[in-house]
Amino acid sequence: MGATHLPSTEFDGTGLDDQLEAEAEAALGEPAAEMVQLLGPDGTLGTDPVFSEYAERLDAEKLRGFYADMAAIRRFDQEATALQRQGQLALWVPLTGQEAAQIGSGRASQPQDYIFPTYREHGVALTRNVDLAELLRQFRGISNGGWNPKDTNFHLYTLVLAAQTPHAVGYAMGIQRDQRLAEANGLAESGTAEPKAAVMVYFGDGASSEGDVHESMVFASSYNAPVVFFCQNNHWAISVPTAVQTRIPLSNRAKGYGFPGIRVDGNDVIAVHAVTEWALEHARQGNGPVLIEAFTYRVGAHTTADDPTKYRESSEEALWRAKDPLERLEKYLRSEGMADDAFFEQVAADGNELAAYIRKSTYESDTPDIRTAFANTYVEAHPLVAEELAWFEEYSAGFAGEDTAEGAGN
Amino acid sequence: MTTMTIAKAINEGLRATLSNNPKSLLMGEDIGPLGGVYRVTDGLIAEFGADRVVDTPLAESGIVGTAIGLALRGYLPVCEIQFDGFVFPGFNQITTQLAKMHSRSSGNLTVPVVIRIPYGGGIGSIEHHSESPEALFAHTAGLRIITPSNPHDAYWMIQQAVDCQDPVIVFEPKRRYWLKGEVDTEAAGLAEDPFKAHIVREGTDATVVVYGPLVPVALAAANAAAEDGRSVEVIDLRSISPIDFDAIEASVKKTGRLIVAHEAPTFGGIGGEIAARISERAFHSLEAPVIRVGGFHMPYPVAKVEEDYLPDIDRILEALDRTFAY
Repeated sequence: MGATHLPSTEFDGTGLDDQLEAEAEAALGEPAAEMVQLLGPDGTLGTDPVFSEYAERLDAEKLRGFYADMAAIRRFDQEATALQRQGQLALWVPLTGQEAAQIGSGRASQPQDYIFPTYREHGVALTRNVDLAELLRQFRGISNGGWNPKDTNFHLYTLVLAAQTPHAVGYAMGIQRDQRLAEANGLAESGTAEPKAAVMVYFGDGASSEGDVHESMVFASSYNAPVVFFCQNNHWAISVPTAVQTRIPLSNRAKGYGFPGIRVDGNDVIAVHAVTEWALEHARQGNGPVLIEAFTYRVGAHTTADDPTKYRESSEEALWRAKDPLERLEKYLRSEGMADDAFFEQVAADGNELAAYIRKSTYESDTPDIRTAFANTYVEAHPLVAEELAWFEEYSAGFAGEDTAEGAGN
Repeated sequence: MTTMTIAKAINEGLRATLSNNPKSLLMGEDIGPLGGVYRVTDGLIAEFGADRVVDTPLAESGIVGTAIGLALRGYLPVCEIQFDGFVFPGFNQITTQLAKMHSRSSGNLTVPVVIRIPYGGGIGSIEHHSESPEALFAHTAGLRIITPSNPHDAYWMIQQAVDCQDPVIVFEPKRRYWLKGEVDTEAAGLAEDPFKAHIVREGTDATVVVYGPLVPVALAAANAAAEDGRSVEVIDLRSISPIDFDAIEASVKKTGRLIVAHEAPTFGGIGGEIAARISERAFHSLEAPVIRVGGFHMPYPVAKVEEDYLPDIDRILEALDRTFAY
């Protein structure tokens, strides 16, 4: 896009990445994707011919808000990890390192937009006002969702990788039809039409290899659907590095589908916000899909069941910790006089309050009843479900009073 | 009453759906100007436009996946899968996403997607064009599966599938697409409930349960058996999930003998499920073990030998001989 974009190779986590990208460059005869960056790791704000104007719209309050969001979700992440270690959660999927990618993009969305996450988008969930205690219900094993997507336009987590990408495109095709219907009914002219909406779908570098991503991009391109594909390239699909998923920058793949692809420094919340705001507006205005590759890093494990020491060097993690998204924004806020010690102390206190709320909600969460599963398998009455439920009730009734008896015996 | 083929009946059913519900739309490969490889959607794009009759990229997972997204936005998509053997690229979307969305959202979301699949053999085609994969879907909770065997049912069942708030797979018996019959487009009549089985021939000595393409075969077998003095009741299952076990049970309690026939392989098939359930429900009424007639445990064979694979009149008569031998 512009001369100020740093070549991505400077930001790669491993020497192997550098080598592979150099090979890709040589093979393709074109440079590796340039990366949009506004706020560098040293906390200084650079310029960009396209995206600086988006950064200029951000006042001190917005920037402090970004910091507070990122700090809150990192604190939440720590608390959830602790709850898993205490046996309160079956599993946790940490996001540390990816706060800027998630808060920056989530804060660029508007209420009428619809978001399809994968399963690590706790930061995006925060920006969509999902109750974070509800979000933990899935990981506690008491729900497969926990929140009602209709309340927040933030869909349930999808665990089958990339399966949500065609849903996003279909949803966007629905938005297109709604808009055409509104135009046909003259609602647009009368000013009573809904605000224009877009869809944003999240996936990772690992999921980018799934066929559903390809099919989704084909559909989105063919129908010019208002959808933003937001790929968080966090460099590791559990234990397999990005280099196994792709030999070229992922953002370059968009070219093959015929829509824009942008690589952005995923640890730079200002750049992520700018690029996503641009992309969503591009989609809302009927200009079709955009692929954003947020170049970031999963600092922690894939899940609480994972052990990164088996597949990567701690020096690599250290390299990325030096590019921490929170630290660079803190440096910037302090150097610009936008935030002082009192602000950061308040953020830390708010984080502890959030953690306490999460802990309390988790301890106090209700135990599910399998009857709910019977009730929700189908919308309409189903004779087999009814028959099996009736059997279960009769069977359960045979144990009536037994719990009490055992309790008394103990 | 109008006489039409099953293909035409589905076409008219889809036309009625598109006319009655502005949120309904069709999507699939070659369903636009071509009207589908079986011409089931013939003329619909001209009438309803490309926003309602969508020629999609050649990608079954994409078709089902985008249909789910459209349904989440409030639309009623009807997907056409070109052939039975080509549904599998979309199998993940159907079984892990479509079937579970209502359940995993604690009932907050509904995805009323319809998937039409022409199925079954007997058309002398090349591989992947003659399969009967219904059991693979029936095993998945959250889906409903229906299969019409005549034009009147076809006309109504496709519309009922769209009206249903659950995802519905409609297996269409492709070798019967040109079967003609009378359709009452004014009233569904007996076809009011798509999930109920129909007794299509009454009898007292044995029950034969079939669905889709085998209904005419079973009727012919029952007629042949009648010449030998055997009174055979034939049930058209119509719905594969849920299965109308009440109707089968009532019939078996009358006849004491049950044969289930389908083109799909017997192993792990719908016939086995019916046999097990009826053994539990009507054990003391059964004069003989439930006998299954179906495909063999092999990939669908080449067209030149499919006659030896597909259940025909003689295979059903042989099963009747066996049940009467007890």
